[in-house]
Amino acid sequence: MKQRANTATEMRRTPPATDGPLLRVEDLFLYFHATAGIVRAVEDVTFELQRGRSMAIVGESGCGKTSLARAILRLLPRNVHTYKGRVLLNGLDLMKLSEERFRRQIRWREISMVAQAAMNSLNPVVRVGHQVAEPLLLDHNMTKRQAFDRAAEVFRIVGIASDFLQRYPFELSGGMRQRAIIAMALITNPSLIILDEPTSALDVLTQASIMNTLKGLKKDLSLNFMLITHDIATSSELADEVLCMYAGQVVEHSKAQRFYPSPLHPYAQKLMASVPTLRVEKKPEFITGQPPSLLNPPTGCRFAARCEKRFERCEEEPPLFRVGEESVKCWLYEKG
Amino acid sequence: MKQETLSPVKYRETEDKTLLSVRDLRVWFELKRWGFLHAGFVRAVDGISFDLQKGQAITIVGESGSGKTTLLRTILGLAVPTGGEIIFGGRKLDFTKDSDVTWLRWQVGFVQQDPYGALAPFMTVYRILREPLIINKVKRGEHMPRIREALEEVRLTPVEDFLNKYPHMLSGGQQQRLVVARALILRPMLIVADEPVSMLDASVRVEILELMRKIQRDYDLSVIYITHDLSSVRYFSERVFVMYAAKLVEMTEVNEVISNPLHPYTQALLHSIPDPEPENLTQIRDVPAGEPPSLVHPPPGCRFHPRCPHIMTGLCDTEEPPAFEPCPGHLVECWLYKDGGLPEKR
Ligand SMILES: Nc1ncnc2c1ncn2[C@@H]1O[C@H](COP(=O)(O)OP(=O)(O)OP(=O)(O)O)[C@@H](O)[C@H]1O
Ligand SMILES: Nc1ncnc2c1ncn2[C@@H]1O[C@H](COP(=O)(O)OP(=O)(O)OP(=O)(O)O)[C@@H](O)[C@H]1O
Ligand SMILES: [Mg+2]
Ligand SMILES: [Mg+2]
Repeated sequence: MKQRANTATEMRRTPPATDGPLLRVEDLFLYFHATAGIVRAVEDVTFELQRGRSMAIVGESGCGKTSLARAILRLLPRNVHTYKGRVLLNGLDLMKLSEERFRRQIRWREISMVAQAAMNSLNPVVRVGHQVAEPLLLDHNMTKRQAFDRAAEVFRIVGIASDFLQRYPFELSGGMRQRAIIAMALITNPSLIILDEPTSALDVLTQASIMNTLKGLKKDLSLNFMLITHDIATSSELADEVLCMYAGQVVEHSKAQRFYPSPLHPYAQKLMASVPTLRVEKKPEFITGQPPSLLNPPTGCRFAARCEKRFERCEEEPPLFRVGEESVKCWLYEKG
Repeated sequence: MKQETLSPVKYRETEDKTLLSVRDLRVWFELKRWGFLHAGFVRAVDGISFDLQKGQAITIVGESGSGKTTLLRTILGLAVPTGGEIIFGGRKLDFTKDSDVTWLRWQVGFVQQDPYGALAPFMTVYRILREPLIINKVKRGEHMPRIREALEEVRLTPVEDFLNKYPHMLSGGQQQRLVVARALILRPMLIVADEPVSMLDASVRVEILELMRKIQRDYDLSVIYITHDLSSVRYFSERVFVMYAAKLVEMTEVNEVISNPLHPYTQALLHSIPDPEPENLTQIRDVPAGEPPSLVHPPPGCRFHPRCPHIMTGLCDTEEPPAFEPCPGHLVECWLYKDGGLPEKR
């Protein structure tokens, strides 16, 4: 099977015997060194993603969404101060693996990522097909021929004619380039794909058509997505559940049916009130005040300073309370 | 040093309060092969006409690559028209004259899309705001009062806290407010903003748009926005222009475009915008097949016809539609409206 693994069906691994979650993140921390001190970008993050489900990660600019994705994929910059916790994929503790083993078995193979603004980072002098096939040529000991067949296949899946494989990036429109980047993330047939702002540079028609494609993939190939985006309306196209972050921490993890119409955490409520709607007239409102510095975050609830519902209890840091199927980091929900 | 003809030219009040008139504007870029052989033109703006009133805010929406930025750059004096004319404050601009171009740049403030790229990282807030004053030879004594006024206007206060900060010490929203302050500092008549909030998060988007709306009202400024975000348009501008393949295909009031879009492209655009609802998960959106057309060889007839669900063969694919006005004040370049009123049924 190793030699001729060039169709989607053959490449699909049989799901592991465990019936636990696909991904479990436990007490994950990621701090950076900076000239002014230590940036606490990801602080004590814990959540689970079940098999067959997709998640949106939302929150203010700079709240640590990209850092969380990088921590999961072990794509770390040099100035890391602290990196600890557990990331379990199908029960396997990824942080315990050697870098070599992680690169061969996990990154791209099991989890791939479409990085923020990746469509602008394609190499201008290399044909698109070659760049898309690269993950296979590197680590999957496939022949060139097999790799290009597979590239043609994923191009078809994301809706680009396979003769585009021969073109250079500048010969593709922005939408096409973004599709090519998504094709690259698909080519190794991973079970989890992290998309960091995959459509924010594109116009709405192109956005809608890429979201259609992702929905199709989710259903047909039973892929799991983690979608990081500022476009909250767009995220509702793909997300079964929403992880809402504030100042490096997870403040709410809810099902889509809960989060989009009536989120629990006061920050999430304010965030949703700032999202304009086309069909219902509702003047969007913004959140007054500034987010706290991640160099020196406040000791209690980090949103308290901007929260209309704060009370004495908020001077102490709340834990994540469970409310039915959701979790929320707010003292208002102490009693469920 | 030679003083340019830069005496503060007063805005000449035209009777109908029109600040800007754009007439049959064309902006073409020549394509060259091997650096010298003519290989055709990119018709980035191809026959656009509109008027902008003093104190009015308009929004331009449209597909990527449809020429929106080029149109703005021309109004800013950064691109030269191939044809047509621009009349600003009653003055017909001659783009071959440096003095006209300089004058125009003084009258128009610019808010870029990407605050991170728009601000020089090695300059303090004070220097960033002083630069346009120096370039435009504003008297030294006026620098500090103007800088203070601009910072207060965008609520970067207390001003002393911000003057000596560098851009990287500001959040994305604060950086974009600084860009707005810089656009205001020469007290322009018109602000043009190219996707001013698309890089920012939802709450900061609203904050910046509200700020610009307030400044626009307080100073009776005109504003031209470019955006992809049709959902927020109605709160921040009066009129919407829809651009497709270098042409304005629909022009009307904001609420009208949302409740009664006439051009099939506008209809598709509105249809493709989700509201944040969990039901979206199970729906596939109708998106017209195909890609926007080449601006080097645009299709004959209506430029949307290859993707249009209502195409009338023999008409749409051969003749360019003129602007029809099926409802008062609602212009649309589409043959469906050739008999004046709304077609029977769509
Ligand atoms: N390599 C690094 N060194 C130091 N600080 C960093 C580094 N990378 C990120 N940060 C800081 O960590 C915080 C979180 O950044 P991150 O990029 O994860 O935010 P984000 O939620 O993805 O924001 P955005 O929505 O703007 O992309 C920010 O304050 C950022 O400045
Ligand atoms: N200096 C130039 N030389 C040649 N072609 C150009 C030049 N500037 C723009 N173009 C072309 O003109 C067309 C319109 O570009 P423009 O940037 O105005 O589009 P846009 O509507 O702003 O798109 P977006 O939404 O992606 O910003 C594009 O096809 C672009 O490639
Ligand atoms: Mg990010
Ligand atoms: Mg543009």
